[in-house]
Order: sequence, then C-alpha cells, then structure tokens
Amino acid sequence: MHIPDGFLDAKTAIATATFSFAGLATSLRHASRHLPGRKIPLIGLAAAFIFVAQMLNFPVASGTSGHLLGATLAAVLLGPSAAVIVMSTVLIVQALLFADGGILALGANVFNMAIVGPLCGYGVYRLMRVAFRGEYGRLVSVGVASWFSTVAAAIFCAGELAWSGTVAWSAAFPAMAGVHMATGLGEATITMLVIASIARTRPGLLNDKIPQATGRERSTGLVLVSLLIIGLLLLVAPHASQLPDGLEKVASSLGFEHRSTAGPMVSTPLRDYRMPGTESDSTATIIAGLVGAVAVLALSSILARVLVPRDRTFPPQQNPGKV
Amino acid sequence: MRHDFLDRYSRLSSPIHRLPAAVKLLSTLCIIVAVVAMPFTEPWFFAVAFGLLLVLMAVSAIPWTFIFRRLVLLEPLALGIAVMALFQTNGTMIFLAILTKSTLCLFTVILLSNTTPFEDLLRSLGRIGVPRILITILALMYRYLFVLIDERERLTRARMSRTFTASRVRRWQLLASLIGQLFVRSTERAERIYAAMTARGWK
Repeated sequence: MHIPDGFLDAKTAIATATFSFAGLATSLRHASRHLPGRKIPLIGLAAAFIFVAQMLNFPVASGTSGHLLGATLAAVLLGPSAAVIVMSTVLIVQALLFADGGILALGANVFNMAIVGPLCGYGVYRLMRVAFRGEYGRLVSVGVASWFSTVAAAIFCAGELAWSGTVAWSAAFPAMAGVHMATGLGEATITMLVIASIARTRPGLLNDKIPQATGRERSTGLVLVSLLIIGLLLLVAPHASQLPDGLEKVASSLGFEHRSTAGPMVSTPLRDYRMPGTESDSTATIIAGLVGAVAVLALSSILARVLVPRDRTFPPQQNPGKV
Repeated sequence: MRHDFLDRYSRLSSPIHRLPAAVKLLSTLCIIVAVVAMPFTEPWFFAVAFGLLLVLMAVSAIPWTFIFRRLVLLEPLALGIAVMALFQTNGTMIFLAILTKSTLCLFTVILLSNTTPFEDLLRSLGRIGVPRILITILALMYRYLFVLIDERERLTRARMSRTFTASRVRRWQLLASLIGQLFVRSTERAERIYAAMTARGWK
C-alpha cells in the first residue's frame, strides 16, 4: 500500500500532506502534554517493533504471503495518539532509509496508514467494545477493527491515485478494496492472536479502562456499528457500480495477454465520475460489502470463542452476577 | 550480528559522503520534485536525470550491483500499483511515465540513504524545524531497530530448535506469540532505556 513517488499529482500530494501534518502535529502536542516522559522511549521502541513485525510474513492461500500493517495493533496497545506517532515514524524511516514509499508521497502514505488506519481501527474498536464485553469482546473487536482499518486505508489509497488521475477509480477501487478485504482477514487473525497472546502472558500491558456496558448501551453500540457499516457501503457502492463488465473480468484476472485490448475497451474518458451504474450493479456491491463485513464479524467471534472459552472467567469483573 | 541491509554504504568516505547532510537532503528533494513535475513528453530530461544519478553513483563508490539489487527488490511494489493504470484510455503512456518517474526517484533515495548516515540526516531535519520529540523518537527507533531484529532472530531460533514441523494453524499461532513476545520485550527494554536516559540527565 506504500505509494511511490511519481504516482500522485501536486494537488493530491499537498492536500494529503496538509492533513497528515495537522494530524501528526496534534498527536505530538497531545503526547508531549499528556504522555509521561517514561513513555517516550516506549514510542520509539514500539515503532521499531511495528517495523520488525511488518517484516514477518504470514502465509496466505496459494503460496503467496502477506504482512501485517499493524495500525490497529498499535492503536489498541498504545492508544490512538501514540499510534499515529508510531506509524508515522515507521513510514518516515521506511521512506528515508529503505525507499519504501516516496518522499513526496510521504504525506499520502502517512495519511492512509498512520492517520486513517489507526484512527479508523481505534474508532471501530471502541464502538465494538460497547457491545461486546470482557476478554472475548476485546478479541472480537480487535479482529473487526483491524479488518476495517486495513480496508479503509486501501480505499483512501485508491481514492488518492484516482484523484491524481494516475489510475481510473473504476480500476483502482475494486483492485485495492478487493485485495485488502482479503489480506484484511489475515491482518485481523494475526492481530487477534497477538492480543490474545499478550493477554495470556502479560495482561497488565493491556490496561484499557473501558467501563462495563449496560444492556441498553450494548444495543446502542450494535446499532451504531451496523449504521457505520451501512453508511460505508452506501458511500462506496455508487462509485463501484460504474465498473464496466469487461474491465472487471480483466482487472480480476490481471491477465497480461488482455493488456493491449484493455485500453480501447474502456470508452469512458480519464477521471470520468459519471455514475451510469445499473440497479443490479450497486445492489451486488452492497451485498458483497455486507457479506464481507458479516463474514469478518462471524470469523472473529468464532476465533475469539476458540481462544476464550465461554466458561473461562479470568477477568473477575466479567462475571455478570456482580455487575 | 550486523544488520546493515538498510544503509550498508552510508559510512564510506567519498566526496559525496563528505558533503553536509543538509546539502544532500535538499538536492534529493530538488531532483525528486523535478522528476515528478516534468511532463513525460520531454524524454531527454529523464535521460539527463538518469545520467546525473549514474555519475553520482560512480563518484560515491557504492557498488552498482547493490543499487541494482535494491531497485529490483523495490520495483515490484511500484509495479503492483502501476499495473492498475493500464486499465484506462491512454493507459500504456501513463504506465510508462509513472514507472520511469518512480524508478528515478527510488534511485535518488537509495543514493541518499547510502551516502548519508541516518543521525546526520536527523540532525539536519532537526535544524529545519522538525519537532525535537519526533527526532528523539526517530533516533530511538533507528538505534533499537537492529536490536529488535536480533531479538526476533533469537526468538525464531528458539522456536525452530523446539518445533520440527508445524501445521498451518500452529504456524499462525507461533507467529502471533512471537510478535506478542517481541512487544513484551520491547516494553521491558523501553523501561530500562528510560532508566538509563534519566540516569544520564535526560529532560
């Protein structure tokens, strides 16, 4: 998802850099006011930790492998403002030392992976925590939040490429969102397993002071989460629906033999934002997105149930009789 | 063990290495801005830029094989995004343009990071107004990155000496507990570093 130099035009680079600068400056100010000095070395070490964790590959189906983004992991472990600093630091070092991600595209990369990623992940996590309690609830929330933050960062990345006129939105959006809806599952699984492993060995490091929710708050949380999902889909679906059928086939297989025919096949001019999508197209996209979100929720709750059996009562306040 | 895969040649002593870091940072920015902003209808410009970078590489005495290997390593990442550009009118032209531009920019940054020690780069970043707290965090990250890579290798070695083969499910669990353990050790190390820093009069 690291955008190299040469892919963004001036307006996109400047706009994203402005947002990133504001976000990072706010987080730094918040950190220097509210974080104790003791935590400063931890942020540096956490950035090195995320860098190293991103280098570890996890196996994905058919011999390919993906790697962790870590935005939600950082946000859940360290809190949102520290996570913004940690992820920005990782991206700055990757751009300056490893040439991974461009220098002029640094603003966009920081925006996608260090601002949108952690904040979206943390927001979904906090919302979900209202509805899902205890150790089990924490793992479900972490899983769903990491999937959402990965997909959100990818959609923003596609949006920036399209806004620059480098890549047509009709090609960038399905490719980026589709690929990251799949790798997001890996991200969700590994983040849940990491949090579960830290909870087992060092529960003190996960001192999130989220108060226990009442039944009413739980249903409010569920409604908010479903509204969020539906809103996201309604926002995204009209754009996706302009995808021509032939193009979809080519884009999904990425067949190189089709490359020469791909150009003329697309009759719409560059950066055409008309929405000629038929009713069935947008319905299909909404259904696909809903199926994705529901699948993530189901998979996360199954995995969380495997990791935290129902009869286990290790956080004492989890016992509903005492609430 | 020495992990110098990031900036292996940054401590050589060539005329380019001896230049002040600020000069190199500024000229890198200039080259990248020029390459990105120049329209692709002027192919001579990109040839000249490539020639200039080749001259800089020769003067800096960094082996061309190292730079070539690094480019081959990073090019697929750019290619993955660039392929999406093909699916539009005039796609091949845009594809070639962004690939040329991003390759030249990659070359420039690889030259920068291998002719300038990171601490010099940080010092000049601090001088142009990057907040001190961010510089401290960047410096700490660079200092302990290699320590954590060592730690990861120790954990991996310990795991490999105890498990002969692992099933698919077990592999995920092992990877997760490795990452979790790495975080636990990072926080413990951060506590010790903080104690050492305050003992030496930090803040």
